[in-house]
Amino acid sequence: MDTIAFQGLIGLSLAMYLWLISAGLTIIFGVLRIVNFAHGSLFMVGAYLAFTFYGQLGLPFWLAILLSLLGTGLLGLVMERGFLRRIYGIDEAYQLLLTFGFILILDDAVKIIWGGVFRIPPIPAFLDGAWPVFGRPFPVYNTFILGVGLAVAVGLWALFEKTWWGRTVRATASDREMANAIGVNVPRVFSGVFVFGSMLAALGGALGIPVRVVAPGIGATMIIQAFIITVIGGLGNLKGAFVSSLIVGILSAYGTLFFPVFELFFIFVIMAVVLLVRPQGLFAR
Amino acid sequence: MPRRLAALLMVLVLVLFALPWLAGRYPLYLAMRILILSVFSLGFNLLFGYTGLLSFGQAGFYAVGAYGCAKILLAVPNLFLGLLGGVLAAGIAALLLGILSVRHTRIYIKMLTLAFGMMIFSIALKWRDFTGGDDGLVGIPRAPLEIPGLVSLSLATMERYYYVVLVVALLAIGAMYRLVRSPLGLTLQAIRDSESRAEFAGVPVQRYRLVSFTIAGLYAGVAGALLAPLEATITPPEAHWSTSAEPVLATLLGGAHIFGGPIVGAFLFFMIKDVIVRFTQYWLIWLGAIVVALVLGFRGGVASILFGRLLARRAARVR
Repeated sequence: MDTIAFQGLIGLSLAMYLWLISAGLTIIFGVLRIVNFAHGSLFMVGAYLAFTFYGQLGLPFWLAILLSLLGTGLLGLVMERGFLRRIYGIDEAYQLLLTFGFILILDDAVKIIWGGVFRIPPIPAFLDGAWPVFGRPFPVYNTFILGVGLAVAVGLWALFEKTWWGRTVRATASDREMANAIGVNVPRVFSGVFVFGSMLAALGGALGIPVRVVAPGIGATMIIQAFIITVIGGLGNLKGAFVSSLIVGILSAYGTLFFPVFELFFIFVIMAVVLLVRPQGLFAR
Repeated sequence: MPRRLAALLMVLVLVLFALPWLAGRYPLYLAMRILILSVFSLGFNLLFGYTGLLSFGQAGFYAVGAYGCAKILLAVPNLFLGLLGGVLAAGIAALLLGILSVRHTRIYIKMLTLAFGMMIFSIALKWRDFTGGDDGLVGIPRAPLEIPGLVSLSLATMERYYYVVLVVALLAIGAMYRLVRSPLGLTLQAIRDSESRAEFAGVPVQRYRLVSFTIAGLYAGVAGALLAPLEATITPPEAHWSTSAEPVLATLLGGAHIFGGPIVGAFLFFMIKDVIVRFTQYWLIWLGAIVVALVLGFRGGVASILFGRLLARRAARVR
């Protein structure tokens, strides 16, 4: 019984990484209507930047994360302003191809810059250790990840429901022409949303560095995870993304415990069934 | 077909048949990989360029073809059975998954085919007893091609296997060329241009889409089945979504609205790779840069630039 509850906690912290990466993807899709295949690569860049600032240069953990977010945000800005902006109107296949090009470039760039070497840096002292939960040591760091994930969820809700910028973004998402007509600077909203989404991905990557191994090519794995979650939750649906992150995170944790052979297959079955039965997502209004 | 283009193609086919005398083992290997990717991409483009559906799980059927062929060759050393079995398995998989897929369009079919492809990937990765897990299937023999009472051909040398790949690929290309000009191909293009008009004209749209999906899967299976004996090893990444991106890349690189676009794209894909790896191991960054430049700069594909004048009339009609 304790094993089951404990594994559930592990699943919850896994869910938070999934939530951070799929939140960015969901917001970008919801507003820009672009499926960004390179979103997982932004997660990877965020992780490597944090690794440099924290693991190699020895900056304080929080500062390293902040710098990683800024760096990845800048990369997102270049991607949106320089490239994606030119192809909003055209066939989706080309959007897909363009963002796939980004994956190839970023994967190799990471290999060139970091040599593909990644050593897990130590957990910062104030987050190290464990406390007993269900009679077993539960890492403080996992608790921290849970806290950050929940804080981001609450923060995003407040941002979109309570602030002027959030309302502007929602208006742009529901009707960009009308938003434009009432004086919203749509291109600027697009850039802002893309940069913001990139930073969320980077946050997931950066927070994972003391506990998860990062390698070039992880972007391709992470983006699939994010797709699974956004599909189950409903494309562009932020609340759905949060709930389905929890579901997928916990299912994966139990899956690896009880059905290690079928876990991966089973998750894709869920994704396909949701698409077939409720393509608008499980949590659509 | 314009006469000059026909002449050019004749010369090209002759060169391909003479290649074992003209070139060494490596160019021969490269030619086989190009032919295989051409078949793979042509099938993809029947679905994408001619039917208007973007599948992002074609690597799944490619892998079914490859694993199917490999399993048979490891049990019964007869290439004919291997190819046949691999292609049939891929076709059946495409038919079954197609029934579920073609009801959806736009982003949903992309996500659905992605999920199906990744399901096949996870089977290849995790069903260790059958697929060898992440080690894959190794030691796949280039078994002799035997059709009882008709052919018995040893394929011990690379040159002989090259002819098998060449003949199968040319047959597949020829069949596709006929297909896109047949009533079936024209109906598919009508569906691509306007689903509702096709429906009003009495076309059972979903059934036609299913036919297109199944044929695309069969072509992916042919490509995969030809790959297995060539590489002698088949591993799960053949089913991964990043392999599904290869025919997408080749097709858009060459041009989706020209019949030969995917073939030109497959050629370019391997040429780009081959040229760049001579200078740096980081060839993907350059491929990525080329892809980005292509999408931003000239979306018609390279084929339309190279053969623009030759193909102008033809392209206008196909489009």
